[in-house]
Amino acid sequence: MSKRILIVDDEPNIVISLEFLMKREGFEVTVAADGEAALRLVEENRPDLVLLDIMLPKKNGFEVCQAIRANPDWQSVRVIMLTAKGRDTEVAKGTALGADVYMTKPFSTKDLIAQVRQLLGQS
Amino acid sequence: MLQGWVIASVSFAYLGMLFAIAYFGDKRADAGRSVIANPTIYALSLAVYCTTWTFYGSVGRAASTGIGFLPTYLGPTLMAGLWWFVMLKMIRISKANRITSIADFVSSRYGKSQVLGGLVTVIAVVGVIPYISLQLKAVSNSFTILLYYPQIVMPAKAGAQPLLQDTTLYIAMILAAFTILFGTRHLDATERHEGMVAAIAFESVVKLLSFLAVGIFVTFGIYNGFGDIFNRAELMPQMRALMTVEDTGASYGNWLAMTFLAMLSIMFLPRQFQITVVENVNDRHLARAIWLFPLYLFLINIFVLPIALGGMLHFPNGDVDADTFVLTLPMVERHEALALFVFIGGLSAATGMVIVETIALSTMVCNELVMPVLLRWKALRLHEKKDISGLLLSIRRSAIALILLLGYIYFRAAGEAYALVSIGLISFAAVAQFAPAIFGGIYWKGGTREGAIIGLAAGFAVWIYTLLLPSFAKSGWLSLDFIQSGPFGVALLRPQQLFGLGGLDEISHSLFWSMLVNIGCYLIISLRRRPDVVETGQGTLFVDAFRRADSSGGSRFWRGSAQVEDLLPLIGRFLGPERAREAFLAHARQRGLASIDELQANADLVHFAETLLAGAIGGASARVMVASVVKEEPLGPDEVMNILDEASQVRAYSRQLEQKSRELEEATADLRAANEQMKEFDRMKDDFISTVTHELRTPLASIRALSEILLDDPEIKVDDRQQFAAIIVKESERLTRLINQVLDMAKIESGNAEWHTAEVDLHEVIEESLAATASLFADRRIRLDRRLAQAVPQVRVDRDRLIQVMLNLLSNAVKFCEEDRGCVTVRLSSGIDTVRVDVEDNGPGIAEADQRTIFEKFRQVGDTLTAKPQGTGLGLPISRQIIEHFGGRLWVESEPGRGASFSFILPLSGEGINPEERTEQ
Amino acid sequence: MNRSIITGQRLVAVFLFGCVLLNYPLFSLFNRPGELFGIPLLYLYLFGIWALLIGLMAFAIERRKD
Repeated sequence: MSKRILIVDDEPNIVISLEFLMKREGFEVTVAADGEAALRLVEENRPDLVLLDIMLPKKNGFEVCQAIRANPDWQSVRVIMLTAKGRDTEVAKGTALGADVYMTKPFSTKDLIAQVRQLLGQS
Repeated sequence: MLQGWVIASVSFAYLGMLFAIAYFGDKRADAGRSVIANPTIYALSLAVYCTTWTFYGSVGRAASTGIGFLPTYLGPTLMAGLWWFVMLKMIRISKANRITSIADFVSSRYGKSQVLGGLVTVIAVVGVIPYISLQLKAVSNSFTILLYYPQIVMPAKAGAQPLLQDTTLYIAMILAAFTILFGTRHLDATERHEGMVAAIAFESVVKLLSFLAVGIFVTFGIYNGFGDIFNRAELMPQMRALMTVEDTGASYGNWLAMTFLAMLSIMFLPRQFQITVVENVNDRHLARAIWLFPLYLFLINIFVLPIALGGMLHFPNGDVDADTFVLTLPMVERHEALALFVFIGGLSAATGMVIVETIALSTMVCNELVMPVLLRWKALRLHEKKDISGLLLSIRRSAIALILLLGYIYFRAAGEAYALVSIGLISFAAVAQFAPAIFGGIYWKGGTREGAIIGLAAGFAVWIYTLLLPSFAKSGWLSLDFIQSGPFGVALLRPQQLFGLGGLDEISHSLFWSMLVNIGCYLIISLRRRPDVVETGQGTLFVDAFRRADSSGGSRFWRGSAQVEDLLPLIGRFLGPERAREAFLAHARQRGLASIDELQANADLVHFAETLLAGAIGGASARVMVASVVKEEPLGPDEVMNILDEASQVRAYSRQLEQKSRELEEATADLRAANEQMKEFDRMKDDFISTVTHELRTPLASIRALSEILLDDPEIKVDDRQQFAAIIVKESERLTRLINQVLDMAKIESGNAEWHTAEVDLHEVIEESLAATASLFADRRIRLDRRLAQAVPQVRVDRDRLIQVMLNLLSNAVKFCEEDRGCVTVRLSSGIDTVRVDVEDNGPGIAEADQRTIFEKFRQVGDTLTAKPQGTGLGLPISRQIIEHFGGRLWVESEPGRGASFSFILPLSGEGINPEERTEQ
Repeated sequence: MNRSIITGQRLVAVFLFGCVLLNYPLFSLFNRPGELFGIPLLYLYLFGIWALLIGLMAFAIERRKD
């Protein structure tokens, strides 16, 4: 059974590229364009991994990450923060809030796929 | 008809009204809308000078000395001519140094000496308490006389009252309660009481009207005008004498001395200082008071002699005290309403004086006598308390009660004795002792603490010996031998003919000797040494009050302020960081603050720092140092040399050292400021770069990911390939746009932008911009509404830049409109010297809070963390820069839910354009 | 010169003028019995000078345009 991945980003062009990449790797993909939709989809679909942007409408990526980590049922969900905010303080904040990996945009597609596979135990 | 309860209830109604006025005044002051910020009210409040001693006493004095009562009012009139310089200076000094009383003023001038403050307080209290007794007596007497209406019975013959039935006691208690309510409602740093001043001004009107009413009644009601009264008086030899003064040198000397004494008392009576200086709202109000206050004195004195003569003609037997004529004349004519009005007028004169005087004295007693002792009393641990304002208020209240109690006790003790009757002038002579220390203090830098203390003490001692003790003797408390043959029979020491000086009246005699001793000691002792650094510092502050005010461009010495973090290191370098920190902490604690950080950056703090520094390096240099932190503007070389010259008198040996250290410090301060500025720039640059990189990374992420996909996967579907390539192109365009705008912004901000200014027709600009955005409108099916005024004058701007602004506003408007239902209105109109363009949409609008931030770089509606900016976030800031470059203004008006309207105005050609542009023409 | 300083100097002049008029010896010229318009001479003189001084001060102050 294929792993499920949730892509959370409000830049349509980035969603297009991520969706294409993940589908090509054989994952099942859902997409959310804002923080609240993201949490709803985590609840409904229980994805294995979330690709999470920080600057999102309604609820930002940090808050989404925090909410995921606060729910004991969702402990198995992996989180990769994928954002254009590259300052040390933001990286530290992301990791402190429980993100498994913090990647800055622009990212290398190979690195991203490698990280995803590693987190899902497929490397 | 005039039963006790009628008089009492009218009095209480009157006091209630006063209180209502005061309450209203305080409320308005709290609300920031002062009722007393008015020169006429200020001038009226100064008339607190006229007490019952004027209201009832002037007629009495006129009946015995004729025209001799006048110098008391001519003196202040003359003095008012000097107020423009002298009083203004005192007000400026007091405001700048937060002076709270006359004692504080003297003590501040001579290096904040507690001994001096205490001495002034003691002189004021001793000199003025009998004066308060006089007011109590006047109210109680007038009440008693009125009670016997229509009979005329002198209170002295009515017999002494037992304590509990003594109306004076109750009057004193009511006044104490009233004063506490007025004066200590809250503790104000400036010691100002706006409500009280409003009530005092009102009382001044009442007592003047009341006195004029009696005067007109007596002159024109009982008699047939001035001529009639004077003609009848001419016939009586003893009354004829009142029309002139004795034609002797001594008599002219007395006249001069009385005028001089009154000139000093209008300046230095504690209540006058309180009202004129401490309660002053705006020093410009002084101007009108200079002529209006003398006019008040003039009016209240016109009828004094006619009433005195009328009374003497009416009561030829001399069994009616002339002090009561104002009241008894209407009574004997059976005008009870007028009599009651007179009583209220007298009550006004008494309450006004008692309230202001008691507030002034209680402030002095609290600040100059009680607090210094309490603060030294280690066992109380006052230093450790964070807030002692409650304690201060209780001390003030107790002081008020105590002062009135003392006034009452003196009244009981003195009764009808001589000591009370003549006390007005005796009080004047006591406070006149402040003159040398104060006048010397504000015009001469050489005065020292010891000079002021010894001068004051000696003058006060002479006053006690030549005036107070003799008045006790005349009251029967001392043997009359003391006056007649001198102490221990030494005739040369007779208190009223000291060293055989005769011919003058007792007041002039005392004034001569006390002033001679006072001024002599002040000068001689002061000249024995140079003023120390603190005295020089304060001396400069006081003597050069105007010069300093002028150089800072206003009435305050320090317009600017400095932060603790600037001042502390500065002081620290001179006193050592530890000592400086301790001093600042003590300063903070004194103000009831817990730590240094809570200190507010205000003039007070600057002043404190300056005083602190003056102790180490001399007042003048301290000023230069502190000024370097406070104000950016550099001191001119003349000013610096002048200041250093003053310092050199104090510490000539260290002048070079000071100069060196000053230069060093200035260099250090400059460097530190530069460094701080660099850091600030770095921080700003960091924020800017972080935002710019974020904006760059987002399109780059799409470009890189899609390029890698295309590169890795040659077998990708054609449709996908097409789509990805299109995205890459679009995102590249977005990147280019962003980079261009950042560069554009940087160019405009740094002033390197090129501007091609020309006369431009706004119609053309708008039409061109609309043509360029036509496809945007069409795509989203948004309606365009043109409302362009015809014949709008041309403006001188850069045409392309203006199109850039219009494109930005139009595309924003389109972007925020709902598809299909959107409507954008473009307006063009012209005013007198401007043209105005509005671009209005019917989109969601912009919240109030966001209306400012959208003009900041990289900010758009909403929290940057949760809302993705649409566009680069630089369009509006750039547009605003462009409009402002041409002397115009760009702003937004919006109500959420009702669309937004972006507008700009541009000045017509020749108006408001940068000078460079104009020279290019 | 500063207008404010001129006004101040005019007021000082009024002060000096008043000091001279209200004291010996000018004062003594009017210090004698006699009357004008039914009013004693000295009384009339003093109040007249007083009113004059107030008028001069009011004139000096209110006339300045600020």
